[in-house]
Amino acid sequence: MSKARTSLTRTSLVHLALIGYAIISVFPVFLTLINSMKDRNAIFRNPMQLPTPETFDLVGYTTVLGQGDFATYFQNSFIVTVASIALVLLFGAMAAFALSEYRFRGNTLMGLYLAIGIMIPIRLGTVAILQGMVATGLVNTLTALVLVYTAQGIPLAVFILSEFMRTVSDDLKNAGRIDGLSEYAIFFRLVLPLVRPAMATVAVFTMIPIWNDLWFPLILAPSEATKTVTLGSQIFIGQFVTNWNAVLAALSLAILPVLILYFIFSRQLIRGITSGAVK
Amino acid sequence: MSDIPSSHEATGPIRRPRRWHIGVFLLPAFIVYSAVMILPLIETLRLSLFNTVDGQPAFVGLGNFMVLFGDERWAADFWNALKNNVIFFIIHMLVQNPIGVALAAMLSIPKLRFAAFYRTAIFLPTLLSFVIVGFIWKLILSPIWGVSPYLMDLVGLKSFFSPWLGKPGSALIAVSLISVWQYVGIPMMLIYAALLNIPEEVIEAAECDGVTGWSQFWKIKLPLILPAIGIISILTFVGNFNAFDLIYTVQGALAGPDKSTDILGTLLYRTFFGFQLQLGDRSMGATIATVMFLIILAGVSLYLFAIQRRMRRYQF
Repeated sequence: MSKARTSLTRTSLVHLALIGYAIISVFPVFLTLINSMKDRNAIFRNPMQLPTPETFDLVGYTTVLGQGDFATYFQNSFIVTVASIALVLLFGAMAAFALSEYRFRGNTLMGLYLAIGIMIPIRLGTVAILQGMVATGLVNTLTALVLVYTAQGIPLAVFILSEFMRTVSDDLKNAGRIDGLSEYAIFFRLVLPLVRPAMATVAVFTMIPIWNDLWFPLILAPSEATKTVTLGSQIFIGQFVTNWNAVLAALSLAILPVLILYFIFSRQLIRGITSGAVK
Repeated sequence: MSDIPSSHEATGPIRRPRRWHIGVFLLPAFIVYSAVMILPLIETLRLSLFNTVDGQPAFVGLGNFMVLFGDERWAADFWNALKNNVIFFIIHMLVQNPIGVALAAMLSIPKLRFAAFYRTAIFLPTLLSFVIVGFIWKLILSPIWGVSPYLMDLVGLKSFFSPWLGKPGSALIAVSLISVWQYVGIPMMLIYAALLNIPEEVIEAAECDGVTGWSQFWKIKLPLILPAIGIISILTFVGNFNAFDLIYTVQGALAGPDKSTDILGTLLYRTFFGFQLQLGDRSMGATIATVMFLIILAGVSLYLFAIQRRMRRYQF
């Protein structure tokens, strides 16, 4: 009897602690979202209150959408993220296949060479990256960002994907070879479809740092036409520090896509972290 | 190496002398990775040995490093940034990782209800960009918007409120804690995964021996998740000594107040690109990047050679 009671107390304490921390995690985001839809007075008088019919006001959003060029920023972020992920997945999977499937001289060395980038951040080469982009005329183009993010994403992609490709059965690939498939066909038609779950994990891992990056857009592509959402909202909010409606609305607009994607992919993401990435 | 036949070569009737497809598979990744990551990194390291003397680029050996460590114009800023960065890292290790382990330990209790909900909620901030996180906390901690004083009033601590981000004494701690708030999800998830991977039998054996609850965590589970703790420590180390975005968003490029939140990333940015009256300096920028590289390399090597090897020995 007493044992059951102590375990009940323990479970409730655990729930209390977890609820407490979950609130700490979500509260600031929630606060931003609700206040972005209130008028200026209500934001300051009652920050905790949900928007009521009297205090509901979308003036922040109209300011943001009227002044900042958010549509372009979103488009830029979208293009950069999608193109980088596509290249990381394609190049990463090809290299992972070569490393996991064939034995050749320099295999281990190549694996180690590609692994350097997992630990050493690409940012440290910024001085020379900028120089190179200036020399090739790629400054203020989205191509520069795509190239940098592709290079940044490849090491982890190769690492995770080659682990998965080792689990693809040899019999299947050999059957393909006997049927006369080329090595390319084996890769694209047999192996790639089988490692799709791992590709999704890599895609999510690659996407978050790219979408959120401030450093490279700030340095390589700060022009109005190539600003990403992260850089765009950073500058926009900096200009509107005193217009709280606009700041809160801009923040909410920047949060929403992440929030929506997270609710769609959270299972995938969490499963990826808890199974694939940790060995 | 090369005379060991690989599995598929044994099945093929003809041994192909040149397997071009290996090169084709490797080449795109190799080219992009080398051209955009490795070569610039090497070039940056090389640039740190050069500086402009009389308008001409000249080899100065370790001269730039001497200037950075000893010259009065540079040394104060550099040592200040390094010290702040070390404090930044220590706060993460002392706050973020223990909280992460504690949350993971609670989440991994078998048959805990709502575990997926808690996980999703606590991991949410990790996905937000620094810009969002930085501004949200700047607003919440702002004395103009009475949210923090109001919340502290609810628990009777209103008198302790002060504009932490604006005071040189507390700004660094405040920024570090914001970063902890954002990133606690990563150690939580990695430790959670490690805890789930502990074999059932080990836990059952411990329970048969009467080791349960707290002592089970300390004596059985913690030693088994030490490798994961090693991983989160090195990830934190690399992330912290490479950090920039959050401080730039919350405190600006000058890392105010009075450079009290200046870390190596912001110092690199100001040095390389210049800020306000300061002109950009490529050589010194490369020098700071090289110092950051060496710090991160030292940390990673220590992890790979000392810590990881030692842990392996404990495991088997």
